[in-house]
Amino acid sequence: MSGLAAPPLGKDLLGLEPLTSEQITLILDTAEPFKEISERAIKKVPTLRGATIVNLFFEASTRTRVSFEFAEKRLSADTVNVASSGSSVQKGETLVDTARNLEAMRIDMVVIRHGASGAAQFLAERIESNVINAGDGTHEHPTQALLDMLTLRDHFKRIEGLKICIVGDVLHSRVARSNIWGLKKLGANVAVCGPRSLLPNAIDELEVEVFDRIEDAIEWADALNILRLQLERMQGGYIPSLREYNRVFGVSRERLERAPRDVLILHPGPMNRGVEIDSDVADGPFSVILDQVTNGVAVRMAVLYLLSGGKPELAEMAKGGGSR
Amino acid sequence: MTYSAVMPPKQSTVLDARAVDRALRRMADEIVELNAGTDDLIIVGIQRRGVQLAARIVSNISDREKAKVPLGALDITLYRDDLQTVGPRPVVGPTNIPADVDGRAVVIVDDVLYTGRTVRAALDELADFGRPKRIALAVLIDRGGRELPIQPDIVGKRVECAPGQRIDVLVEELDQKDAVVLSDREESA
Amino acid sequence: MTAAILLRGGRVIDPSQRMDAISDLLIEKDTIEALGTNIDVGSRDDVEIVDCAGRVVAPGFIDVHCHLREPGREDVETIATGARAAAAGGFTAVCAMPNTDPVTDNQAAVGFIIRQAARAKAARVYPIGAISLGQRGEALAEFGEMVGAGAVAVSDDGKPVASAHLMRTALEYARTFGIPVADHCEEPTLAAGGAMNEGLVSARLGLKGVPNEAEEIMVIRDILLARRTGGHVHLCHMSTHGSVELIRWGKERGVNVTAEVCPHHLSLTDEAVEGYNTNAKMNPPLRSAADVEAVQQAVHDGTIDVIATDHAPHHYDEKEREFADAPNGIVGLETALAVNMTWLVATGIIDLATLVEKMSCAPARIFRLAGGTLRRGNVADVTVFDPDAEWTVDPSRFRSKGRNTPYAGQKLKGRVHLTVVDGGVVFRQGE
Repeated sequence: MSGLAAPPLGKDLLGLEPLTSEQITLILDTAEPFKEISERAIKKVPTLRGATIVNLFFEASTRTRVSFEFAEKRLSADTVNVASSGSSVQKGETLVDTARNLEAMRIDMVVIRHGASGAAQFLAERIESNVINAGDGTHEHPTQALLDMLTLRDHFKRIEGLKICIVGDVLHSRVARSNIWGLKKLGANVAVCGPRSLLPNAIDELEVEVFDRIEDAIEWADALNILRLQLERMQGGYIPSLREYNRVFGVSRERLERAPRDVLILHPGPMNRGVEIDSDVADGPFSVILDQVTNGVAVRMAVLYLLSGGKPELAEMAKGGGSR
Repeated sequence: MTYSAVMPPKQSTVLDARAVDRALRRMADEIVELNAGTDDLIIVGIQRRGVQLAARIVSNISDREKAKVPLGALDITLYRDDLQTVGPRPVVGPTNIPADVDGRAVVIVDDVLYTGRTVRAALDELADFGRPKRIALAVLIDRGGRELPIQPDIVGKRVECAPGQRIDVLVEELDQKDAVVLSDREESA
Repeated sequence: MTAAILLRGGRVIDPSQRMDAISDLLIEKDTIEALGTNIDVGSRDDVEIVDCAGRVVAPGFIDVHCHLREPGREDVETIATGARAAAAGGFTAVCAMPNTDPVTDNQAAVGFIIRQAARAKAARVYPIGAISLGQRGEALAEFGEMVGAGAVAVSDDGKPVASAHLMRTALEYARTFGIPVADHCEEPTLAAGGAMNEGLVSARLGLKGVPNEAEEIMVIRDILLARRTGGHVHLCHMSTHGSVELIRWGKERGVNVTAEVCPHHLSLTDEAVEGYNTNAKMNPPLRSAADVEAVQQAVHDGTIDVIATDHAPHHYDEKEREFADAPNGIVGLETALAVNMTWLVATGIIDLATLVEKMSCAPARIFRLAGGTLRRGNVADVTVFDPDAEWTVDPSRFRSKGRNTPYAGQKLKGRVHLTVVDGGVVFRQGE
């Protein structure tokens, strides 16, 4: 049959909500062989040689940016880091102009992290380059959720039917949202646990279970994804103090020991040790936090690979000749 | 011959299961002969069907020489020179090189050698694993039509194919039988 | 320039006279001269005869809530362009909110607007003065001076009156001048940072939401203060089912409260924000389907007195931004009739008479303005429109400088044919 097949993920990766379960599974499956490349002596394949990728980070982030940079360089792409702070209004150059300037430099892909929800979509609608959302406001952080799911799948050999509880400030968390979409699409049971002042009011409509107490969450879950609690929440009047948060919601060894099964521990990082997670849990036997970091590079390589897709028109022309 | 859209593509069997087996046994012998033994030998199959053929060859060598030669698999998707034209991303299979290749004799095994581009990609990829003392190429079928200066050291059978034809190697593990089949290329419907 | 206009054979709908009948309407100079069937103008050659068969002839629409941006943001709208946009929307008069730059909080500023409006020679523009100096929410502005210069009401719209004490004194002080105090009901700490309605859509899009209660808390506060003070509070742009229930409560107890709703809150839900559409961003935000239904019902049962546009033009560049940074507001003068017809009249929720009541009679009555009636001897402010005409909204053809509308490209029903102000034609369809 002729007819050009659509690129498997479309032009951009803006979030997990728009993806099908097949697409999400494709990304996870594609990440597998990329894990192996990071184990080689020469951690490089020529796949994206000559491609130019800009890491456009409007919010400071070392770990995500470095992870993307490794992914890009291991695929032999040329990377440029652009760090900027503040909104368009504060900076003076609008996001539209930034987008157009990048396009004028003929770049292939943009990885964008921005403080405003919808910023990645805004950019993607205005430039032809592929756009990867590395975190937009409190909306989505798809590669983080993908690496979380890959880590879960590595450990449990499946996602379907797993009971995953997201713990902490879900209201302000793009990691939580992406995880909720991704996990639900792959058939997991998702719950959240945290103070109600840090859960969206419409949480019931998102079809996730809500635990008011961490003890109940631990008893229910196969795995906990523990979110970082930001200091601003205290200043914003959502919770009284970090100390109380730790006493009421902190994931501690004592609490985990009372669980009926071994509960896997995930955390997107960076961790506030002693606040949302105690050190002996973070460094303990059930923590896969470092595996998450390793998987992060593989997942990002897979996403770059899948998005960088060839031009289908050339594929039609090439179909005549063989390639063996 | 004319090709009708209604008729199934004409097929002929170039090698049946027994002929494939004979060829692989001979190739195994030639590999050992070329290497003057099994020392430092690594057999690496190219995904997909090269991997199954390589496994057979390693098994044949083990029968004959009573020596266990390391077996590896190489997926060359990420090293292809046509990634920009191939459309939706091809699935990347697993790569596993079980031993250090530095200073060893690597034999790449593939099912069909045609343009030579797959082997070129395999050579590039192997270079990223280390520096073998020698790399040799063993293919079950050489169908001519090279686009790069690459030649096999060991060949199962040479088959002349017109550009409008395709030659496929079938292996029991994936295709329920061993055979080499020559057929006319299907029209894209 | 003709001395008279004869509107012939239209369906004259004038709730102030309980009239809904096919009739002629004769305008002499600036006054409504006669209403009746087969008015004969004999052999006069100074009469413009307009065929209104199939059309509705109504008292001119009056918009009690719009933003004309002059002085200060003439790049985005001027009193002239706003008045012309109003005329194109069938409005013979608009009330201009004072959140200009500088704020319209003194008699000189009020006078400026009056003069600019006169120059525009389109719809009438009545200034609304600020409640507090600079709209800073601290000291009262000089209501007396402003009314003397032509202000018809006071409001700090754009912003809420955060201080209950200030709202109370404003209501009491306004009694002296018989003007309404129009409040933008928004509890500042609940609404702070919010970019859209708080609900499932905001949770999905990762945008901070404004809960219904931010509006309702101020609604009940204002009703209680109006009750205590005997003042007249006019509640701007009501958007939630809770607000509607509270207004009913107040009216049942005889409180002098009037309420307005905007066409967009009668037609769109927060789902219009999908895709981070900044042309669906305004304050108060688009709400849920249940809220839309409740305000539609409230228009039907009279809880809501007036439909106003809250016309708020913004520059294209300002709206072409990350959602959270984009300013609130959409234009509405040129789509108001069609949106109301499409979502309220065509659906049977209200009839045409009620529409005219909400868009003309009630605004005139509540704000004590001329017009709102086609009684003989009254000022000739008349709107003629095609209730069944379908047209596609094309912002590039707006007379307003603003293009920020969520209805772009939509096919709506109901189109203005002719707008007459003071006996002169200020808008003609097709021109």
